[in-house]
Amino acid sequence: MKNRRFLVIGLFVALLVAGVGSYYASSHPDGLEYVAHRTGFLDSAKEPVDTGSPFADYSTEGVDDARLSGGIAGVAGVLLTLGLGGGLFWVLRRRPPAEQQD
Amino acid sequence: MHVPDGFLDAPTSVATGVVAAAGVGVALRKARAELDDRTAPMAGLVAAFVFAGQMINFPVGAGTSGHLLGGALAAVLVGPWTGALCISVVLLVQSLFMADGGLTALGTNITLMGLVGVFVGYGAFRLALAVLPRKLGSVPLAAALGAFVSVPAAATVFSVLFAIGGTADIATGKVFAAMVGWHLVIGLGEAVITGLVVSAVVASRPDLVHGARGLAGRRPLLAGEVVA
Repeated sequence: MKNRRFLVIGLFVALLVAGVGSYYASSHPDGLEYVAHRTGFLDSAKEPVDTGSPFADYSTEGVDDARLSGGIAGVAGVLLTLGLGGGLFWVLRRRPPAEQQD
Repeated sequence: MHVPDGFLDAPTSVATGVVAAAGVGVALRKARAELDDRTAPMAGLVAAFVFAGQMINFPVGAGTSGHLLGGALAAVLVGPWTGALCISVVLLVQSLFMADGGLTALGTNITLMGLVGVFVGYGAFRLALAVLPRKLGSVPLAAALGAFVSVPAAATVFSVLFAIGGTADIATGKVFAAMVGWHLVIGLGEAVITGLVVSAVVASRPDLVHGARGLAGRRPLLAGEVVA
């Protein structure tokens, strides 16, 4: 499989998982939240700081349909992560010797 | 396992922030050796994939759930230093844009999932790989073992941090037992997902798997493939 094809398929899978699959995820509290609740320290959690993001709690502001709201947030998150991570790694990468003469 | 604001007191959060900053600082330098024109886009994809994977909570019984942490997965696929950066980017996006994991707890979350999860997972992977037969097929199994160990390890470190700087007065043993107990179960899910994903990548592009170096490259060329 060629590089580009591999990356495109990988990204497609990630978008599918975040954009569609996430709707079917368990809505039970995760391990830490559950333990915090059972042992009695869940109340010590503070409300998250409002950063002004429209995707708080993996839903999209102004979109009422739960499936669509979560799906858009998931896709946005994947693309943001890809952009930030991919950009960082592209900057950090070792260049071939010919390009290093700066 | 995203720690919200408020679970840990300010001094502890500052301390984990310092640990996280130092870890990420070292990773930024060391990751260069793992990244080139071919692996850098792969690393971006791995970060995006971990973000997606973390959205899938799977039930683990009794009204609780777990989700992929992805530390071992990222470390095996793109190397531990790059893997630590992958998880850190995911946690940054989650806390900035998704209100998942507190902003003041970002250092704690990077320490738990980006450093402990990644390096314990990768260490266990390396150990397992040294014991298993030297072939490509051992890589997904070793990755699954590393993934399994990484989750209770992160839970243990959380329990230690909670004992030091938890804002609520709860017996340390109680938190530790519950955290490790549940995260052993969640670790099984982590192992299954990690094993399957690594197995899929090893099957299609073993040369892109950092943890398979030295084992890959002996794959016979497929029909129609051109040697560049």
